Amino acid sequence: MLIGKPPDIRSSEITSESAYRQFMNRRRFLRGAVAAGAAAVAADRLAQVFEPQIEALADTKLQTVPSPLTTTGEQLTSLEDITRYNNFYEFGVNKGDPAKNAGGLPTRPWSVKVEGKVAKPLTFDIDDLLKLRPLEDRVYRMRCVEAWSMVIPWVGYSLSELIKQCNPLPSAKYVQFLSYYDRHVEKWANESTIYWPYSEGLRMDEAMNPLTLLTFGLYGQTLPNQDGAPVRVIIPWKYGFKSAKSMVTIKFVDKMPHTTWNDMAPNEYGFYSNVNPNVDHPRWSQKTERRIGLPFYEQRRTTLMFNGYSDQVASLYKGMNLRKDF
Amino acid sequence: MKRSTLILLKTVAWIACLVPFAWLVWGAVNNSLGPDPTAEIANTTGLTTLWMLSITLAISPLRKLSPRLSWLIRLRRLVGLFVFFYATLHMLTWVALYNNFSIQAMLNDVTKRRFIMVGAATWLLLLPLAVTSTNWAIRKLGGRNWNRLHMLIYPAAVCAIIHYWWKVKTGVLSPMPFTLVVAALLLARPVMAWLQQRRRARAVAA
Repeated sequence: MLIGKPPDIRSSEITSESAYRQFMNRRRFLRGAVAAGAAAVAADRLAQVFEPQIEALADTKLQTVPSPLTTTGEQLTSLEDITRYNNFYEFGVNKGDPAKNAGGLPTRPWSVKVEGKVAKPLTFDIDDLLKLRPLEDRVYRMRCVEAWSMVIPWVGYSLSELIKQCNPLPSAKYVQFLSYYDRHVEKWANESTIYWPYSEGLRMDEAMNPLTLLTFGLYGQTLPNQDGAPVRVIIPWKYGFKSAKSMVTIKFVDKMPHTTWNDMAPNEYGFYSNVNPNVDHPRWSQKTERRIGLPFYEQRRTTLMFNGYSDQVASLYKGMNLRKDF
Repeated sequence: MKRSTLILLKTVAWIACLVPFAWLVWGAVNNSLGPDPTAEIANTTGLTTLWMLSITLAISPLRKLSPRLSWLIRLRRLVGLFVFFYATLHMLTWVALYNNFSIQAMLNDVTKRRFIMVGAATWLLLLPLAVTSTNWAIRKLGGRNWNRLHMLIYPAAVCAIIHYWWKVKTGVLSPMPFTLVVAALLLARPVMAWLQQRRRARAVAA
């Protein structure tokens, strides 16, 4: 017997604010898919259709192959530490903030724009990028400018593989990476006075070095949001902040691009920012570092020139004064 | 205040002040200080110093609000000594975990880095206050001199704030709450003195 009229929308179907925000961001990518006149309820239902997909995409296993460029002889930092100790200032300035706050990052659909000094501007869908080359397992040391370090098993392929597909012009001397920025999603971005979006860059020869990794995952799975999902760069011989997260634009330019931390404090963070134990940060020594995940009396260790990757990258800087071009 | 009440109050204050230390010891023994225990020890001891310093600075203005709060002064020495205790732990973290007891490395750090320099200055400003905290020292110095000497807590608080701002990355605003609290507590002193003077002047006029 029907006693009362059931509510039109079950509570389980009501979209949470964060899911709605995610939906609003995805919508910018859905060219014309959502008709302007679509009713709010229909839009909510549509968001529901997308939501489970987001859940399923997090921690998706990736098909990988071994790589000769992987670092050996290091104990890996635990997945737990890699995912709860992050600098991702768009999601808060404390190390634990990104793990708490980055859930709303809309990683699908996602595309990476290639622009600037290229034969023809291009847009790559994240799923096409994932299929462009075989994904390799690459263990790299990660040395933060704050003097802590990790050892992380990344998944990706050399950025040079993508650059080859972009046909940069001879005038392209540098490449700039721009990170995702939406202040409605990244509500914590105003905890610092940084000018967003996050911008980083490399000289072309640095970007073409096979160690520079276009990175899609870690520990054999897609990147967790707080680690820069769905795609980022990793430059293992430079301080961590050079390795831009959640990339949306790759721009080839003829002049050295502006970079975020260099904008904030040019005397502390140089454009090159190669790991260099002989050049101190103005506020602390870079001679040693603290390895994450060890007891406090075992953390301290010596920092290696170019983070231990001299054999592969030292030649890039031949003849340069690394004290001046730090 | 009854003696037994005071003892109870002081016991509670002691325990409360030891909580951050106990948490660190527990974490160090169980290796549960998070991904970067060295930084956790440095941050916890530093922040505890700052907030306890704010508490000692709050006692004077608070007890002037009402005679019923005058008992607060009985706790100030206790909290003040804990400020020095945590400042010392913070300094020892730097000596042991950051410089591995190397005199050369420490000298280098102090002379080259202004945030270390002003941090060391803070600790040196707190040192005479801790040393002269005994009843004997108060008697020996005389109340007036003792009071004058203990004005060093004001430059110490300012140095602590500068140390914190110079330590964080440019553009990071985390020292702001502490800065505002200390600024308010320092401003409260002349403001309250002025209000009191005005009240007294009115009483005389009446």
